[in-house]
Amino acid sequence: MTLVEKPTASRERVVVRFAGDSGDGMQLAGGRFTSATAEIGNDLATLPDFPAEIRAPTGTLAGVSSFQIHFASRDIATPGDRPDLLVAMNPAALRANVGDLQPGGAIIVNEDAFTKRNLLKAGYESNPLEDDTLSAFQVTRVPMTMLCQRAAEAIDGATSRDAQKARNLFALGLVCWMYDRPIDGTERWLNEKFAGTPVVRDVNLAALRAGYNFGDTNELVGPRVQVAPAEDVPPGVYRNVNGTQALALGLVAASIRSGLNLTFAAYPITPASELLHDLARRADLGVRTVQAEDEIAAAGIALGASYGGGLGVTATSGPGMDLKAETIGLAVMLELPLVVVDVQRAGPSTGMPTKTEQSDLLMALYGRHGEAPLPVVAAATPGHCFDAAFEAARIAIRYRTPVILLSDSFLANSSEPWRVPAAADLPRIDPRFASSPDPDTPFLPYARDEHGARPWALPGTPGAQHQIGGLEKADGVGTISYDPANHARMTELRAAKVAGVAVPDVVVDGDDDAELLVIGWGSTAGAIRAGVRRVRERGRNVARAHLHHLNPLPANLGEVLRRYPRVLMPELNTGQLARVLRAEHLVDVRTYSKVEGRPFQAAELEAAILEAIDA
Amino acid sequence: MTTLTKADFQSAQETRWCPGCGDYSILAAVQGFMPELGIPPERIVFVTGIGCAGRFSYYMNTYGMHAIHGRAPAIATGLAAARDDLSVWIVSGDGDALSIGAGHLVHALRRNVPVKILLFNNRIYGLTKGQASPTSERGKVTKSTPRGKAEAPLDAISLALGAGATFVARAVDRDKQGLPEVLRAAAEHPGAALVEVLQNCPVFNDGSYEHVVGAEKDANRIPLVHGRPIVFGPEGERCVARAADGTLVVADTASTDEADIVVHDAHRADPGLAFQLAQIGDLARGPVPLGVFRSIDAPAWGEGLVAEARAARERVGDAELDALLQAGDTWTVA
Repeated sequence: MTLVEKPTASRERVVVRFAGDSGDGMQLAGGRFTSATAEIGNDLATLPDFPAEIRAPTGTLAGVSSFQIHFASRDIATPGDRPDLLVAMNPAALRANVGDLQPGGAIIVNEDAFTKRNLLKAGYESNPLEDDTLSAFQVTRVPMTMLCQRAAEAIDGATSRDAQKARNLFALGLVCWMYDRPIDGTERWLNEKFAGTPVVRDVNLAALRAGYNFGDTNELVGPRVQVAPAEDVPPGVYRNVNGTQALALGLVAASIRSGLNLTFAAYPITPASELLHDLARRADLGVRTVQAEDEIAAAGIALGASYGGGLGVTATSGPGMDLKAETIGLAVMLELPLVVVDVQRAGPSTGMPTKTEQSDLLMALYGRHGEAPLPVVAAATPGHCFDAAFEAARIAIRYRTPVILLSDSFLANSSEPWRVPAAADLPRIDPRFASSPDPDTPFLPYARDEHGARPWALPGTPGAQHQIGGLEKADGVGTISYDPANHARMTELRAAKVAGVAVPDVVVDGDDDAELLVIGWGSTAGAIRAGVRRVRERGRNVARAHLHHLNPLPANLGEVLRRYPRVLMPELNTGQLARVLRAEHLVDVRTYSKVEGRPFQAAELEAAILEAIDA
Repeated sequence: MTTLTKADFQSAQETRWCPGCGDYSILAAVQGFMPELGIPPERIVFVTGIGCAGRFSYYMNTYGMHAIHGRAPAIATGLAAARDDLSVWIVSGDGDALSIGAGHLVHALRRNVPVKILLFNNRIYGLTKGQASPTSERGKVTKSTPRGKAEAPLDAISLALGAGATFVARAVDRDKQGLPEVLRAAAEHPGAALVEVLQNCPVFNDGSYEHVVGAEKDANRIPLVHGRPIVFGPEGERCVARAADGTLVVADTASTDEADIVVHDAHRADPGLAFQLAQIGDLARGPVPLGVFRSIDAPAWGEGLVAEARAARERVGDAELDALLQAGDTWTVA
């Protein structure tokens, strides 16, 4: 009970970052805070950031794990540039993150972790809490370890270690109080999660409540900040999803709406492995997952499943794409459905496996020997991963072709509220399997329908036995052919089929007489939207468009590009799609490039757009 | 249904192996024995790799996929993951299965995927015109080894046994009795079956198996028959015996104590005997064991899972999809 009502402030938007050692449970605290924020009805976007090392040395900068959430009473586009509040569980977390903080921003530290030893490990020669290192910020020192110990004292059987491990829940409780978020959802979650270990459950519950009550009663903390629910949100049922979850749901939805069993084959690779974990739990929906012996086999297993009449999908990240290229080329030649998900990460080679980049684009478009075109679809936001996956599967099935779906590390891990579609509103996908031919009619495995697609005749179909393979085939009849004119014809037919994939026109947000068009693709959608909004708020007239289909490109794209005096394309690579657009449309598309393993920030795009307008 | 004949398995595509290639004999044997299975051609699938053997799928009037180099086991595994109503065969060669595709072979065998793998071993790269293969004997002079191959050959049978294969056999391309027998046994095996077929390449390695197909064949074929003492030779004058130190040796039957002659047991769980038999002889010289080295009962990969997945998918519709999409914490905006 509060004796004196604390003052409250109201804010339109807030960015909070939880940071700690990778064993401190920061992702869990961030995830629970996200759920509480979604429950309130704020718009939100999140971004976890964790080290590649599973257990980097405790207390070091390399071992710092963080989770950032941006929430607002209006619609937001990115996880936020600079945190307003940093929760630092140890000196390393402080040191690794304080440079990103908003000037004048708030810091909450677990002061018990600021021991001489931990300070040394983080590279601090003196305690930043004691000197003027943090003078630009509002620092609140909370003895979280001690308070957790005290909260656990009343619980029978609780060890000091149990109390230590509950510090993240203390921090969560405190931050929940600060931004007026409910903790009952987390209490329910803890009750369920630790039903079998009552002591752990009770220690965690006590720490959560202790943190919340500390905010309520301690004069160090305040004022309480309120962020009203977002308005102008389209009606519907919402849930919070990250890109991995949405992508997996999209594949399952395509399986159900096509009536094809999903066979998902993958080899463990960061950041794509989570898709395998997610889908491995969907056997009840007819999903078969196979952990293959290598990336090549994963592609082969998916293709073999498609040959048998399933929806074959494989997923990987950059290095795995290198290895799958030969199988993708075979799928181009066989003209069978195959979905290849590339969750891009920073490269080349092993690069920075947990960091994001968009640098596999040219490989997706062109990275195969011979003339081997295929459709490429890109996901724009975590929620859009659902639509992109469904679309990739639809194209693969409809046109009998491998499709590459580009996601990336940022999309895979970032989350946002997602308006859940109704199953009945999703299009049906008709696989149109070939049936047995009349006994007197030869079956033509390379005949073509109105979309240029060949028949999908499943093994087991009487009278339709045929032999496919990587060797060039005679148009129509499908026998081996070395005929020069036939190879030219088949090359053209395969290309025409892909070029003819029905792709919606690109939609422009903005005026026809804008000074500049900002065009993007993939996971930069949110940052570009936020950057453009800031520029517009400065009174400049800027148009914006985003590409979801990278091959084929929308039919109206050339006209759109030529409509504006200047075109700027921000990409997390050195200008790969800009190069394609210049080549395809002879338009002077300018690149704004970033290859730091991190997503764009709204502020940097704001600056880049202003510079491009006035250039 | 009408009785199937060899003609039902012959495709219209023109066969284009070199004259005298051992692959013709194997094709004839496969087409000849397939009617016995009682499986209609549309329920049989041949998945092949790259190399001369890879063309096999074009010549069978079944479903066929001529895939990429070494990857046939992976693709066939995918097919087996999606379908349980097909008889799936892989045709591969020594370069395809034991060099570029060795990893996939090992994993198809250790998973016990329900596929039959025919490995045509001619101990040479034929389609690329005569380079040494992983099974080429040490010292062999080829275009890529002008000073003689320095490396030891890889033995397909030993590799398969090491991978935990549940069915391992060896036959000779021109053995009109032994080859169909082994094929029949492989077809009946529920899990992964590896059949090494010793195959002559008349252009780049001619006569490499003369010792098991020519005048001396009876002296060089060691027939492995489950439950029978391993004796061979025109008069049974030679045998495989267990020496005092436990190793297996080829000996004269007459001078060997009957109790020391090895009685073949293809069904024992321990692969030790099969592995020891695999060490006998030299494919380049002989005598060599032929027949089924190992055939044990073990659950095939994913048994029941295809049916389970199909039943699950047929059960789920839009209601279940809606439930999935709306799972977890949701909220409603009016």
